Amino acid sequence: MKRLAITLCLMAAALLSSQSYARDVTLTTELKNYGGDGAYLAIYLTNAQGQYQKTLWVAGKKLKYYKHLSGWARGSGQRKSEYDGLSGASVTEGKTLTVTLDLPDTYIDAGFQLHVDTAVEDMRDNRNDVVVPFTSEGVDKPNNGRGYIKTFTYSF
Amino acid sequence: MLRQFHSLSGLIATLFVVLLTISGAVLSLDPLLERSQAKIAGTSSISVAELAGKLITRYPGTEQIQRHPSGSIIVYFTDGDQTGADLINPLTGATIGAYSSSPIMVWIKNLHRSYLLGTPGRVVAGVAAFFMLLLTFSGAVMLINRLGGWRHIFRPIQGPFKQRLHTEVGRVAVLGLILSASTGLYMSAMTFELIPDYSSAEPGFPTHVDGGVPASIDTLSALKVIPITEFRELVYPYPDDPMGVYSITTDQGSGFVDQATGQLLSYQAYGNPQKLYEFIYMLHTGEGLWWLGLLLGLSALAVPLMAWTGIQIWWSRKQSATTINHNSAARLADTIILVGSESNSTWGFAKTLHDALHRLGFQVHTAPMNQLGHHYPQAKRMFMLTATYGDGDAPASANHFLTRLAKMTKTPDVPVAVLGFGDRQFPEFCQFAKEVEAALITKGWPQLLPFETIHRQSPQEFSRWGQAVSSVLDKELTLVHIPAHPASTTLTLVERVDYGTAVQAPTAVLRFKSPEGSHKGLLNRLLRRSGLPHFDAGDLVGILPPGSSVPRFYSLASASKNGVLEICVRHHPDGVCSGFLHGLAIGDTVEAFIKLNPSFRPASGKAPIILIGAGTGIGPLVGFIRNNKAHHPIHLYWGGRSPQSDFLYETELKRYLEDQRLTKLNPVFSRISQGAYVQNKITEDDVELRQLIGEGAQFLICGGRNMASSVAVAVDKVIAPLGGDVATLKAQGRYREDVY
Repeated sequence: MKRLAITLCLMAAALLSSQSYARDVTLTTELKNYGGDGAYLAIYLTNAQGQYQKTLWVAGKKLKYYKHLSGWARGSGQRKSEYDGLSGASVTEGKTLTVTLDLPDTYIDAGFQLHVDTAVEDMRDNRNDVVVPFTSEGVDKPNNGRGYIKTFTYSF
Repeated sequence: MLRQFHSLSGLIATLFVVLLTISGAVLSLDPLLERSQAKIAGTSSISVAELAGKLITRYPGTEQIQRHPSGSIIVYFTDGDQTGADLINPLTGATIGAYSSSPIMVWIKNLHRSYLLGTPGRVVAGVAAFFMLLLTFSGAVMLINRLGGWRHIFRPIQGPFKQRLHTEVGRVAVLGLILSASTGLYMSAMTFELIPDYSSAEPGFPTHVDGGVPASIDTLSALKVIPITEFRELVYPYPDDPMGVYSITTDQGSGFVDQATGQLLSYQAYGNPQKLYEFIYMLHTGEGLWWLGLLLGLSALAVPLMAWTGIQIWWSRKQSATTINHNSAARLADTIILVGSESNSTWGFAKTLHDALHRLGFQVHTAPMNQLGHHYPQAKRMFMLTATYGDGDAPASANHFLTRLAKMTKTPDVPVAVLGFGDRQFPEFCQFAKEVEAALITKGWPQLLPFETIHRQSPQEFSRWGQAVSSVLDKELTLVHIPAHPASTTLTLVERVDYGTAVQAPTAVLRFKSPEGSHKGLLNRLLRRSGLPHFDAGDLVGILPPGSSVPRFYSLASASKNGVLEICVRHHPDGVCSGFLHGLAIGDTVEAFIKLNPSFRPASGKAPIILIGAGTGIGPLVGFIRNNKAHHPIHLYWGGRSPQSDFLYETELKRYLEDQRLTKLNPVFSRISQGAYVQNKITEDDVELRQLIGEGAQFLICGGRNMASSVAVAVDKVIAPLGGDVATLKAQGRYREDVY
C-alpha cells in the first residue's frame, strides 16, 4: 500500500514536471501584399548573440531555394535533420501562416530570440525580416516585419 | 501521315502553345530592358572589394550585393526599420534608382510557366513545350520534303498565300523554336525532378573563424581578387556578430570569407550539371544574352501567326475533301481508279470520272494508290490519276505505291491508263506520274491508253482525255469536271479597247468594275474600297459564260488597288467564253471569281526583271509594269503580228517608258517585212541578256505553250556560256511561266 502510494506520487510528480517543462507555442505570421509569388519563410531560435539554436518552421518545398533564407541556411547548414517534420508549403501574399508546436520552457525568458527570414522569387531576400526576444512579456504582442511580413505574433 | 500528325498535334496544342509563345515573347524583352538600365562600360577592372568599399558610406546597412547576368548591380540594405533595394552605378557607387521587379512581368512569367494555375499549370506548360517541339520537327521535315531535300532548304516556296506565309515564317523561325521548346522542356523536367537535381553541394560552414575585429570590407584579400564580371552575390554577416562571415558567390562556385582576416575559409566549385543547367537557363531566358533573347522572342511571335494560318490551311483542306459515292468493292469492280493526291484536288477529278463511269453502268472501285492490291478478279480496266508533290515526289496518298509495286512478283493483268496532274511552270512537271508510268512499263503491265497530263487542273484537258477514254470503252463518256470555286461576284464592263481585226487576231482589253451601289457602305468608303475582291496583277479571274458551270481563266492585267479588273482576251473562232466576252457591250455584266496565282509575280528587290510574252500574254506583264512604282529595271519582250493593228497597250507602254516604270520596250512583229518572233529577238540580244542575268535578273513568261517552249530554248542558248540553264533558273525561282 505504501509502495503503491509512493509509485503514484512519483508518477504524478513526473507528469507535473513534464507539463511544466514544455508547452504549446503558436506562431502567427501575416504577410503583406508585396506583389510577388509565394514566400519562403524560416522561423528559428538563436541565442542572445544571434547564434543559431533550433528550427521552428520552414515554409516552402523546393530545397534549392532554401539558401535564400540566408540567416537560417547558414545557422542550420540546411541539414535535413534540422527541419525534418517542421516544413510546409510556401505562403501566398496577404495570407497568414499559423504554426503550433511543442517547445521546452527552457527557451522562454532565457535570452533567446525568434528570427524569421523570408525570400520571394525575383525579389530581395530578407534575413531577419523579424527578430524578437522570446519572452512571456511578448506574448500576443504583434511585431512588424521589415520585409514581406506585416505582423508576427507568438503565444503560449 | 506526317501531315495528319502535324495537324492533329497543332489542333490539340494551339491555345496552350500560343499562350506560351506570346508570353515568352514579352518576357524576352526583359534582359534588354534590364541591360539598358545597367552601367557596364568600364567596370571590368573593378574588384568585388572595391565595389563594396564604394558602398560603405552611402549604404551603411548593406546586407547583400547582387550582380545580375545583365550586369546590373543591386544592393539590398536596411535603414532603421525599413528595407530597400537600389540599382547602383559600380563605377562611383552612386544610386541609379530604386530596384523592384515589375508586377506585370511577374504575372506574365507565371502565365508563361504555369498559365497562372500553379503546379497543374506547370505540367500543362511542360506538355505544351513538348508539343511545340513535335510540331517544329514535323513541320521542318515536311518543309524539307517539300523543297526536295536539305540542299534546297533556301529555295523559294511556292503555293497559295497562307501556305507560303506558314512555311516561310516557319523556315525562318525553326531554329529559334527548337531552342526555346527544347530548353523549356528541359527546365520543366528539372522542376518535376525527372532529371537529377543539378545543385552542387553547398560549401560547409567554416569550422574555424578568426573572431577578431572585422576589417574594412575593401581590404579583404579574398574579395580583392574577384573581378566584378565573375561576381554574383555577396551576403554580409550580422553587424555585431564576431563569429559571422561573408558568403560569396561567383560564376565558378561559392564560399565564405573571414571578416577579420579576409581569407577564403571554405569554397565549393560548381559541378558540371549545375553549369549545364545555368547554360540552358541562359539560352531559354536570354538573361545575360539579350540579343539571343530578342531573337528567340521574335521566333516565338511566329507561332501565333503559324497557328492562325495552320488552322486555316487545315480547314480549307478539310473543306475540299471529297467523298466518293457508289464505291464498289475491289473484288467486284470492273473498273479500278487509283488516286495519288496531296491536297485533295485530284480526288475531285477522280470523283468526276467515277460518277461518269457509274452512270454508264460500270462497277467502279476508287481508292488511294497506296492501296494497290495484288488481285482484282473482275477488273477489265484501271485508271491511275496522280499529282506530284514538291520536287517530283510522290503525293501523300501514293507515297508507298512504287515500293508496293516493286515488291509485286505478279501484276494484275488489267490494262491501265495513267493521267498526271501538275503545273508546267514547275521544272518537275508531272514527274511522279511519269515515274509511275515508267515503273508500270518495266513491270510489263498492259497499257489501256497512252500517258497523258493535265495542266493546272484544266477541266477542258480533262474532258479531252475523257473522249480518249470513250474510244476504248466504246461508250460515250462525258467528263464535265466542275472544280469547286469560290462564290462569284457580278462585274460590269466599263471600257473596252479593240485591236487586231485587220490581222485576223481580234483582241480586246476589257475593264470591269463592281456595279454601282455595291460598294457604297460607310466602311467601304472609309477604306476606299472599290467593291472588287482582292487580287494582284498575275492572278487569275475565272469567268463563267452564261449557261456553263465550267469557268475559263484569264490572267489579270491589273491589281484590285488599281480600281478596275482588267483582262486581255483574244477571240477564238470556237471559243465559248472568248466569244461571250467579245460580244459584251459597255454596261453588260459577267460572273467572275478570283483564283490566286501567287507564284507568278516579280520578285522583290533591285534585280532586273525580264518580261516575255506574245499576244494576249501581255496582260499580266502590263499589270506588273503599271504597278512598278519603285522603278525597278524592267525589260519587256513582246511579240505581235503588226504594229498597225495589234500592238496591244501601245500608248500605255510608251507612257510607262517615259515615266520610267518600263526600262526597255522590245516589240517584235511577225507579219511585216523581215518579221520575227519574240524568241528571235531574245537570241539577238544575247549579250545584253547575259549581262542582266549576271545582275540576278528574273524571267516572267506569259503566253501560249508553243511560244513558251521556243522562248525556253532561246533562253537556254543565251545562258549556256554562263554555265546555267532554264531548269536551274526555275529551281531558283528566277524563271516563271504562266502558259495556256
